[in-house]
Amino acid sequence: MKQKDMQLFRLYPLGDSAITVQFGESIDKATHAKVRAFSTYLDRHPFTGFVEQVPAYTSVTVYYNPWEASERGFYNPYTRVMEQLQHMLKVARENDKAAAPRVVEIPVCYNGSFGPDLEYVARYTKLTPQEVIASHTRGKYQVYMIGFAPGFPYLGGMAKKLATPRKKNPRPRIPAGSVGIAGNQTGIYPIETPGGWQLIGQTPLRLFDPNREQPSLLQAGDQVKFVAISEDEFWERKEQAHGA
Amino acid sequence: MGLEILKPGMLTTLQDRGRYGHQKEGIITSGAMDTFACRVANMLTGNAADEAVLEITLTGPTIRFTEDQLIALTGADLSPDLNGERVAMWRPFFVRKGSILSFGAPLSGCRSYLAVSGGFDLPKLMGSYATYLQAGIGGFQGRALQVGDRIPCHGPTPAGISLFPQATGATDMPDYTAALWTPDPQFYPAYTSNPTLRAIKGPEFERFSDSSQEQIWSERFQVSAQSDRMGYRLQGVSLHLSEEADLISTAVTFGTVQVPPEGTPIVLMADHQTTGGYPRILQVVSVDLPILAQVVPGQTIAFEEVSLEEAQQLYIRQEQNLTQLALAIQLKHNI
Repeated sequence: MKQKDMQLFRLYPLGDSAITVQFGESIDKATHAKVRAFSTYLDRHPFTGFVEQVPAYTSVTVYYNPWEASERGFYNPYTRVMEQLQHMLKVARENDKAAAPRVVEIPVCYNGSFGPDLEYVARYTKLTPQEVIASHTRGKYQVYMIGFAPGFPYLGGMAKKLATPRKKNPRPRIPAGSVGIAGNQTGIYPIETPGGWQLIGQTPLRLFDPNREQPSLLQAGDQVKFVAISEDEFWERKEQAHGA
Repeated sequence: MGLEILKPGMLTTLQDRGRYGHQKEGIITSGAMDTFACRVANMLTGNAADEAVLEITLTGPTIRFTEDQLIALTGADLSPDLNGERVAMWRPFFVRKGSILSFGAPLSGCRSYLAVSGGFDLPKLMGSYATYLQAGIGGFQGRALQVGDRIPCHGPTPAGISLFPQATGATDMPDYTAALWTPDPQFYPAYTSNPTLRAIKGPEFERFSDSSQEQIWSERFQVSAQSDRMGYRLQGVSLHLSEEADLISTAVTFGTVQVPPEGTPIVLMADHQTTGGYPRILQVVSVDLPILAQVVPGQTIAFEEVSLEEAQQLYIRQEQNLTQLALAIQLKHNI
């Protein structure tokens, strides 16, 4: 990344208790690398009054408590937080090549009842089911953000040839861990919900566990790699993930 | 044991100030809709600021107290009644074991908060007691209260008892004894039906058509029946961008007024999603969110522009008021 790129950001208030830092106007890896660099830096260097942050495709939103950030009414909270963020953006820029993204392997069983729509996706994309699996596991996917449901990753990087429209009639219940395709996106359902995605497989991992120190398995900035597993392995891994 | 639910009411949930720190994991904050009333309910019972309270919506529950308790009710006046005696809002009161609390007609607002001195004996989840209804976790078994639920309580704190020494449970106490003091309502938000709420321009304000930019400040909007803890739908004029735009999803928050393509604005409330992709025309200031939380579907609201600086001054003033309120409560004075 060129040094000057990091300077192309825009800060704007989201109400009286948050500021959004926007790094670009399009969904791409270079923009998201800046999101990740800044988000990582902020996690390590929280300021007075910092509440939390939400990284997204092109932005990081920083929540703060104006009472605390103003040192109980002493400073102008917005100016104070802006100054600190601008300073951090400068420092984060120098560190933005820091850590390589974490690569998380997601084991997926694509067999039989685990991927009830695999056949349909194969027919729609004019591929064999084996080719769908091969293409899906070949990709490296970028976690752009977590949202919509607890632990739900917005993934970028699916091969265009796998794109398949959603089902016309959504299923009333989709088991947690289901891996699906909707349009040109692929995703994993963290909790049991209704939904219209084409389901091609299921992971035994728990994407969301409220009792885990880090409840969401995936974090914005991670990379995901799907690995095909057999039905036996699925049950083995499931026991490990849900055991005790 | 503490509270036994004889009737659940419309929507009674355990809430607190909200679950923070996990929005980046897609975990919404939840928490009380009216955080002011929630905070004062805890102050009035000598609780820590992060204790859980019951959020009671419009049609209240019927609750039996299986032990003597020191409690307080704040927020909406839903005609609370203890064994047939009218209960006073915004002050601590003693309830004798076996007493039954019920509610009647909503007189003002729609969300009442019940704090129990010592708090509820429930586990925190991800740092909070708030019920996360959509995920079925947190609060009491991740759901709204039902008939037959028994909610365990810790029993009055020393701070609670010192606020209201009569509550030590002398045997000759009547079933219902309220403190003689109450905080001065001038420190409360300006609760009113059909309020005008202060707001600052949202990040996409300038993208709306000239007429929409004007109408958002000049028109009144009716809070529709399809309004809940996630958001309020506002009926009235429909609002539109001057040019169609496909926005990239980014964070949204409590009080964000967003406008989907069909033009009906939605104000996001306590159970809002963490991110969204609709243009954000306004952001209601934090200190006016409690007023909005008490608006009943069918009532109307309007918006009045303030600057970010004013919004933050209001925030700071409210915190100063709450600091004073906490002090006055400790001194048991009418302030």
